[in-house]
Amino acid sequence: MDQLLINPDYPHILSTLIFLPLAGAILLLFVRNEYFARYWALGITTLTAILSIPLINAFDRSTSSYQFVEQVTWVKSLNIQYVVGIDGISILLVMLTTLIMPLCVLASWSYIKTRVQAFMVCLLIMECAMLGVFMALDFILFYILWEAMLIPMYMLIAIWGGPRKIYASIKFFLYTLAGSVMLLVAIIWLYIHNGYSFFIPDMMWQNYSSTAQIFLFLAFFLAFAIKVPMFPFHTWLPAAHVEAPTAGSVILASVLLKMGTYGFLRFAIPITPEATMTLAPAILWLSIAGIIYGGFTALAQSDMKKLIAYSSVGHMGFVTLGIFVLNTAGVEGAILQMINHGITTGALFLCIGMIYERTHSRELRDATGVGKHMPIFVTFLTFFSLSSFGFPATNSFVGEFLILAGTFEHNIWLALAAIPGAVLAAAYMLRMLQKIVWGGTDNPDQSWISDLNLREIVTLAPFLFFVFWIGLGAEPFINIIHVSVENLLNNYHGFHNQVAVVTELIIQ
Amino acid sequence: MQFLPELTLLGAGLVIFIASLRSTGAATTRNLAIGLGSAIFGATLLSANQTGKLFFDAYQVDLFSQVFKMLIAGAMLLVLLFGQKLKGIPEKIFPEYYLFLFMSVLGLMMLVSSVELLSIFVALELSSFAVYIMVPMRDDSGKFRFQMEAGIKYLLFGVTATGFMLFGMSYMYGLTGSTELSVVITKLSTMWDTPAAVIAMMMVLSGFFYKLAIFPFHFWVPDVYEGASNETTAFIASVPKLAAVALLIRLVSLISGDGQMIVNILMVCAIASMFYGNLSALVQKDIKRMLGFSGIAHAGFVLLGILTFQITGYANAIYYIVGYVLMNLACFLVICSVSKKGENVMIEDLSGLHKRSPIMAFTLAVGLFALAGIPPFVGFMGKFMLLAGALREGYLLIVILAAINTAIAIYYYLSVIRVTYCSSPEERGVITPSILTSATSVFLLAIIVFMGVSPQCFIDYASAAVQTIM
Repeated sequence: MDQLLINPDYPHILSTLIFLPLAGAILLLFVRNEYFARYWALGITTLTAILSIPLINAFDRSTSSYQFVEQVTWVKSLNIQYVVGIDGISILLVMLTTLIMPLCVLASWSYIKTRVQAFMVCLLIMECAMLGVFMALDFILFYILWEAMLIPMYMLIAIWGGPRKIYASIKFFLYTLAGSVMLLVAIIWLYIHNGYSFFIPDMMWQNYSSTAQIFLFLAFFLAFAIKVPMFPFHTWLPAAHVEAPTAGSVILASVLLKMGTYGFLRFAIPITPEATMTLAPAILWLSIAGIIYGGFTALAQSDMKKLIAYSSVGHMGFVTLGIFVLNTAGVEGAILQMINHGITTGALFLCIGMIYERTHSRELRDATGVGKHMPIFVTFLTFFSLSSFGFPATNSFVGEFLILAGTFEHNIWLALAAIPGAVLAAAYMLRMLQKIVWGGTDNPDQSWISDLNLREIVTLAPFLFFVFWIGLGAEPFINIIHVSVENLLNNYHGFHNQVAVVTELIIQ
Repeated sequence: MQFLPELTLLGAGLVIFIASLRSTGAATTRNLAIGLGSAIFGATLLSANQTGKLFFDAYQVDLFSQVFKMLIAGAMLLVLLFGQKLKGIPEKIFPEYYLFLFMSVLGLMMLVSSVELLSIFVALELSSFAVYIMVPMRDDSGKFRFQMEAGIKYLLFGVTATGFMLFGMSYMYGLTGSTELSVVITKLSTMWDTPAAVIAMMMVLSGFFYKLAIFPFHFWVPDVYEGASNETTAFIASVPKLAAVALLIRLVSLISGDGQMIVNILMVCAIASMFYGNLSALVQKDIKRMLGFSGIAHAGFVLLGILTFQITGYANAIYYIVGYVLMNLACFLVICSVSKKGENVMIEDLSGLHKRSPIMAFTLAVGLFALAGIPPFVGFMGKFMLLAGALREGYLLIVILAAINTAIAIYYYLSVIRVTYCSSPEERGVITPSILTSATSVFLLAIIVFMGVSPQCFIDYASAAVQTIM
């Protein structure tokens, strides 16, 4: 267990982050006051966010070990442990989650009018489960949180969702659950072949047989590809995004989708490196298909939320592309792009939600020409749209650039095939922006619309801050992930060299 | 002291019998029954650590049997608590109803202690006959009288299964010359290559398959669940299954040596139960029928633990059946509360339950999510341990098929949750559960979560219990 570092300054920081929201949720169950529920949820999520800041300061950037580790035996007879820790791959995702949750509460302040307590309870339980998923180093702990998260998310869509919420929520639940049942079988298989241990780092870089690796990889792939979602498993995403309330869409886009790509990085590559090698080309081309498909479909949407949802399919295609080119630039770009997508798309969903609160319509047609009456709003929207298609000096530019650089290094044809995706992104985002800001000669009367209030500005401002911070100075963000990524890739290439040497020996 | 729970039950039956001779008020009878139920549960707790043999070694009192007696009495008490109003049953036969309930439980308690073929048979019949009478005990103001149909079906299927079992027992006696379980099985285990031994074993097991509703002895389930009153169904769906699992484990745990043939048969039964139960449950409109089919599927999962032939496997099976009974009771608690006059509850009758009674909706949602095997509830932990145990023995195919079944099952559970949370109540009135019912539901919720989050102590206890009979 030399991969584990216990940080003596902050002995229980990760557990505090996981269980604080849960405790808040349990307490909120007994409260019947809506105002209190709002302030309480805001307080708890803000406190969690503040408590998570020391993670960044105390994080040791020179090691790829898991840090801030806590380890307790949970179920002794099955050797299940409660063990949490973070490394360069997960730290930014943890930070993204903690920082985005207070903003989600703010975004639901007036949007949610019925059963506020229950809504806030769901949000807090979501936060607990999401943080746990990124921190878990025991596979069963991971799986429990991964599945348990479905219940509050299902409730968020099914109770507070739009008109087709029932269809969307059931589709979301069934897709994700059906995808992950085979993951459970894979976990049990790994447990039995690893001396009855669920400890994730022990499962990595082992010599499982090639057939077993292929099957394990397929089980991982099914679970994670649905979550990402990769083309052609994406069909639940537009439905869920469109019907979910704003906070639900933001959580879905910013955090939930990242769990799929995180799963690829944390499990698929280290546990099944040989199968990754074999199947990576197929996944790369699926990513390209997702990029192009997402772009074209987004171009044809008249529903703003659907447009952003399909753009997510394209952006997440870039992320999987970056992961499976398996070089430093690609993987670092992919992780950075996971964060960027969380920031930008989350912010775009918030913007759409703000329009929806005013016009009660998600149709692009009904929102045309609001630029004249909502100058602050369209300023925000413009920056986020520019960020979404990777305009230089915004965050996505750095991420997409790194991914494409990595792809060029890997295979020039692949990179050329991905380029149209970037162009398409500009096309659909600018089309939406043009319609919302200026519209045409037949704009509906928007003069009654009011601009953003202080709460809404406060909600959006942090996103804008990060858009420019990552866009102009991505260095600190890359520093923090660099060592872990290098370690992952070194292990990966080392594993293959070793396999090659062994094969050569056998041939001789 | 060794026989205390059974004696208490017998005494309880007598007290109720005396009550039935005079015209006792419904409320008095109810409270009397709950009081006696608690006394029985207390008696099982008191005699938890007893060991010994009674009645010329035909009756064995050990940790295994005492644990199951505790579970049976606990489950019965829960049914009494939330089904206290007995809405579907005419008031004037309340005492008789409770009398038969106690007699059935007496039979089940004797069953888990029986280690001799004849005493197994007698105990099983005692428990079954009482239930045969309980099924048609329902308010027959409706003109369909489907409770009679259910009663006849339950009786006929029951008698058939018992017939099989008795026939199998005669084979066993013929092959081994003894009716004592330990002798029978020791002698049988040297002759698993003769078809007669396998057939005898399977025929005896079929009696318990019938109680547990495992394919191909499941046919009675939907109609009896539908026809019997909600409270009776809650009882049938939970308490006898505990005893059936106990006896299955007692029988199977004695099979040593080369029992591969039996494993194969059990495997087929398990898979067939899962698929049959889950696929049929998809199209049900009556929630009791749906739970009945889901019960068939869950029984298949329990077999998954038993067919590993390992102590951990048996312990997992016990953990799972206890979890199943708790989740199932949570659902039936809601059904009994929603039903106004004891009529059957359609799934659409649950519309907007979250507005009519938040606590009932929450109980139902947790119960169903747990049945579906979503963490962090007991259903997930149980399922996970069963799958891990089966895979450890190398049954990869059955584990994959079981995992696929989990995915199928989620759909119908989720449909019910959708109705309770996402549709409007329309004209359906508010439900105010009594304090006792609410307290029971909170207790059930707490234990469903607790067993799921910290399964260790339960598993240890179950393993210790299984250890005593190995």
